[in-house]
Amino acid sequence: MSNCYVDPKYLSVPYQLLSMNIRAMEVTQVLLNAQSIDGAVRKNAEESLKQFQEQNLPAFLLSLSGELANEEKPVETRKLAGLILKNALDAKEQHRKYELVQRWLSLDANAKSQIKACVLKTLSSAVADARSTASQVIAKVAGIELPQKQWPELIGSLLSNIHQLRAHAKQATLETLGYLCEEVSPDIIDQDQVNKILTAVVQGMSASEGNTDVRLAATRALYNALGFAQANFSNDMERDYIMRVVCEATLSPEVRIRQAAFECLVSISSTYYEKLAPYIQDIFSITAKAVREDEEPVSLQAIEFWSSICDEEIDILEDYGGEFTGDSDIPCFYFIKQALPALVPMLLETLLKQEEDQDQDEGAWNIAMAGGTCLGLVARTVGDDIVPLVVPFIEENITKPDWRQREAATYAFGSILEGPSPEKLIPLVNVALNFMLSALTKDPNSHVKDTTAWTVGRIFEFLHGSAVDSPIITQANCQQIVTVLLQSMKDTPNVAEKACGALYFLAQGYEDVGPSSPLTPFFQEIVQSLLTVTHREDAGESRLRTAAYETLNEVVRCSTDETAPLVLQLVPVIMMELHNTLEGQKLSSDEREKQSELQGLLCGCLQVIIQKLGSSEPTKYVFMQYADQIMGLFLRVFACRSSTVHEEAMLAIGALAYATGPDFAKYMPDFYRYLEMGLQNFEEYQVCAVTVGVVGDISRALEEKIVPYCDGIMTQLLKNLSSNQLHRSVKPPIFSCFGDIALAVGEYFEKYLMWAMSALQRAAELSTHTAGDDELTEYTNSLRNGILEAYSGIFQGFKNSPKTQLLIPYAPHILQFLDGIYMEKDMDDVVMKTAIGVLGDLADTLGSHAGSLIQQSRSSKDFLNECLSSEDHMIKESAEWAKLAISRAISV
Amino acid sequence: MAPHDLRRPFKRAAISDQQKRRELSLLRQEQNRRDAQQQARCLASSILSLQSPVPESEPEQSDIELETAPEIEKESGTLSKDLDVPRASKLRGPEVRKWFARQLMLPEWMIDVPDRLSQDWYVYARPAGKRCFVVSSNGTTVSRQRNGSILHHFPSALPAGAKTRDSSGSGQSYCILDCIFHELDQTYYVIDMVCWNGYSLYDCTSEFRFFWLNSKIEESGACNPPSCYHKFRFSTVPVYTCDQNGLYAAYTGVVPYVKDGLLFYNKHAHYQTGNTPLVLVWKDENCSQYVIDTDSKGEIPSQQQVVLELQDNGKLVTSDDPPVLFGYLDGDIIQKSGLHSGNLLRFAVSDGGLSFVDGKLDKADLNYLGKANRGRAFADSYSKVVFQFTVRHSPLKIDDLLASINSPDDQEKKPCDVEMVG
Repeated sequence: MSNCYVDPKYLSVPYQLLSMNIRAMEVTQVLLNAQSIDGAVRKNAEESLKQFQEQNLPAFLLSLSGELANEEKPVETRKLAGLILKNALDAKEQHRKYELVQRWLSLDANAKSQIKACVLKTLSSAVADARSTASQVIAKVAGIELPQKQWPELIGSLLSNIHQLRAHAKQATLETLGYLCEEVSPDIIDQDQVNKILTAVVQGMSASEGNTDVRLAATRALYNALGFAQANFSNDMERDYIMRVVCEATLSPEVRIRQAAFECLVSISSTYYEKLAPYIQDIFSITAKAVREDEEPVSLQAIEFWSSICDEEIDILEDYGGEFTGDSDIPCFYFIKQALPALVPMLLETLLKQEEDQDQDEGAWNIAMAGGTCLGLVARTVGDDIVPLVVPFIEENITKPDWRQREAATYAFGSILEGPSPEKLIPLVNVALNFMLSALTKDPNSHVKDTTAWTVGRIFEFLHGSAVDSPIITQANCQQIVTVLLQSMKDTPNVAEKACGALYFLAQGYEDVGPSSPLTPFFQEIVQSLLTVTHREDAGESRLRTAAYETLNEVVRCSTDETAPLVLQLVPVIMMELHNTLEGQKLSSDEREKQSELQGLLCGCLQVIIQKLGSSEPTKYVFMQYADQIMGLFLRVFACRSSTVHEEAMLAIGALAYATGPDFAKYMPDFYRYLEMGLQNFEEYQVCAVTVGVVGDISRALEEKIVPYCDGIMTQLLKNLSSNQLHRSVKPPIFSCFGDIALAVGEYFEKYLMWAMSALQRAAELSTHTAGDDELTEYTNSLRNGILEAYSGIFQGFKNSPKTQLLIPYAPHILQFLDGIYMEKDMDDVVMKTAIGVLGDLADTLGSHAGSLIQQSRSSKDFLNECLSSEDHMIKESAEWAKLAISRAISV
Repeated sequence: MAPHDLRRPFKRAAISDQQKRRELSLLRQEQNRRDAQQQARCLASSILSLQSPVPESEPEQSDIELETAPEIEKESGTLSKDLDVPRASKLRGPEVRKWFARQLMLPEWMIDVPDRLSQDWYVYARPAGKRCFVVSSNGTTVSRQRNGSILHHFPSALPAGAKTRDSSGSGQSYCILDCIFHELDQTYYVIDMVCWNGYSLYDCTSEFRFFWLNSKIEESGACNPPSCYHKFRFSTVPVYTCDQNGLYAAYTGVVPYVKDGLLFYNKHAHYQTGNTPLVLVWKDENCSQYVIDTDSKGEIPSQQQVVLELQDNGKLVTSDDPPVLFGYLDGDIIQKSGLHSGNLLRFAVSDGGLSFVDGKLDKADLNYLGKANRGRAFADSYSKVVFQFTVRHSPLKIDDLLASINSPDDQEKKPCDVEMVG
């Protein structure tokens, strides 16, 4: 048994070591039992582990770490001990994770020291699994302690004698460093230690390292450590060194090392894009060789490098095109444009390496797929330039007898349809479309048909619609297109799914076509064909059924008044389908899952139909005859347990409430409990978020008739706000919802005013300042918007009521909030519009009571003036309203 | 450390339809919330900017008479001062409603034929439906019924009526149209124009207003079929000079809407809010489904019913300004039934009927039935009571109207006469 890493000071607690040893004997057996094939034994063992943990956590963790460190114990108990230890330190759920961190931090210091000593010691174990588990535990502990400035000696002790270690211990130490970099954020570790880590890692990667396992561990560690290397990548010499070592590793004889090295290159391409210029030529050679010659896991990474460069350049060029011209920190180096003449042929070659039946395999990912995807990204990056490079390939291969060539040519064509200008593409498409339509019906190969249908869909997606000047679909070919697509919907599921997709984009292109759509003559036939597809025996394959419903939805969304009677006819049909799913009894769990999926699709479809028919008075009027029955079906759907279905049904009910207006009150007694259930669904926060939105719909529909339900709703909403288990994205809409309710019930809101205002005030204080990344700023702005919408709703709701004076005490704080966010200068346009509107609402409702307060506020001057001269129509409109309201408030 | 997954979406649309549905729902909710806010604000600003040109002297009572058309004035009770709490919660702007209620020009009932019909009057067939004010401003259009409640809130092609991409209309621009919403074809029939594109037509003669109405509405595109930025079609009504041909055309002519009587407009009358004798309504069974008043069940009571206001000393009066006295209520009944001044009371016209001396009401044989429906805000107007009375006994017929107009020949001769004198 090796004890080379145990600091003597940890041995100075003999009693605990002793107790640990005693426990350890028992623990081994329990851990073995916990992996027994006998369920009863296993359950028993799990129970005693749980008891042990609850009775004495420090002793429990100590004995686990002892087990892990003990070379005499069986490998499976050591592994399990490490795993339980790791799980005692981290969890996926945010609040659980927080609890575990607090629990560890409050643990007895001695116990923690001993545990850490044990796991560190395990790094030099002869047993690979034990070492690997220990690495992960160390990283978890580091993830908790380093940000607290605890365990400062860890990195030093890992690195101090790395050169003296035997290969297996060195490998484990490098692996630990890798995990550590994954757990800890770069700003926690000072540059001095970063330098040491990188030195050790890059040395471990270099060709001079004779041990393959060490070199692999080092290469994988670098992948995680790259985020720490900001300073080192700014230093030419250090960067050259790192890049050289990484490039050398891509040539290693060991395939796993080559793969890991390419992964590093992919990561570098996004993290250090702006530093790549000196190396890009060499990287091209390396990647081209790998794409052509290496094993697939490696060549896939090599292609991914170029896809990732495309991602970067697309982002940068988008910024260039956006409002922030010249504001982008990173300039575009046009690597793709420069590499184009060599890159495109390389990618085209990959297209010919298809696998048979890849279209039937959901999880398939191969070099042809990666190459085509990359080609698509290249087209988006360079635009027109790609077209002349690809067209000869298409022309040469599209009519060849070998299906691989025809498919590759079609795929190449489909891939470049997004990016180049319509002027460049439309002449090609005008020639190709006919050919494609014919291939779709006549090509003997299913793979070719699949890609052809997909390409036709892409043609419609990017080159058909009101934004394109010269239409590719005319009266002459519209009939043929529809006929071919409907025909293809009877093909194999994967081809039929693509045909549905093409129909989807065909319909979408006519979205704003005006009162008369070219699809009107085919509407009935299209709908009928889609419904037939949903009933196919094999509609479960290749997500065909889903695609058919999605297409049906789009066809309905984009339909015009001409076909409104046909959409109306669809209502009882879909209702009957939904009804049928509710009749089936005694299903297996597999069948039940399929049933839920179908119910979700049907609720989604009804939602789209309701929204469509509800948006115009004449159709709404006729549609309302179905409202009772539809609502009845939705209520039955809620009795089934599936979150997706609930979400869909909830969205549909929101649309129904909007269409129904005050009459929706009659459904409330039955619906209310599901509304409450939705609001309580923290786990599936999407359901909760959607339900909050529906509360808004219902408030607007019912107005004061919502009063009887307000107590329950407001209580739940306030509870949700104070919960830290609820996903934060649901909170801003809850505030907006306060506004909806207040506007609906007017001064009835008095009952909740104090609670709502104090929740709003707390949130307002938190959201005045933003600190952090773009994502946090975005969230803060959405929170501000929610808060402001609540204030608006409350002010407008109380307007002209004798209870207006109840709001006066809140005015100073609200004005302060407006001033505060104005001073921060990081509002987005939406917040700006809402904020200036609140100023107007405050003035409008409080009038002269707030006159002097308003005059003292900054918002009423600088902010208002800024908004008045805004170019954004909505901001200006709100500002004009505010100006009017203020002038009245201060003139009285 | 396992290799990292690098699969990218393949031959798939990047966004799921469910996500799209969710986003569209959010978009709709956002829009609705904005509309609700906008509506609350819009009322206020239209009050602010529109109130000035309007005489405010009208007493509340000027908003009168329930028409026989099936309008349900369920909210008019909100105008009373005694607010119970549930009603108060709904009252987001009582002034707003009152204001709107006061803005419409209301016709008197035609109880005798005015002079010079063919020279000074227009006539048209009134569409059956909901009388409302349509106000477009700030990129949205709101129609409000006589009781101030909102009928629709929608985008329209009227100036400032929708948030279109080229919203060139300034914030000051707005329109106010006097309309009847015709349920069957979901069309707003514009019967008068009060403001157009910020330009007030209150002080213009109806001759000018009708001319302006016919040219502007058409030109705005509001008569086009509904579309995304124009939710309801607007339409004008054929207006005739009230000569024999015109009257006959209005009475018998085929129109795309269900008729509810004929309206007569004095050419020289300005748009005057409230009751006016310069606009008259007349109807018979041929041009209206609602000639004789029905009760709450939609049935015609055997005796005519009238609603009158009880005043001090038991006086029973109409809603006219000044009120017309119909009689006195017995002090006993007032005491027994706990009535007091201001109550609206329902009476049946008994066999004695109404008798007139010199065209003025002399005597009314009324039988007290009870308090009027709570929904009623005002007593009947004099002209309505009398029209309803004559309809039951000796109606004013279309032939009477036609006869009162000089024959077409006469009209042609007139100018000749003048010349010949020379």
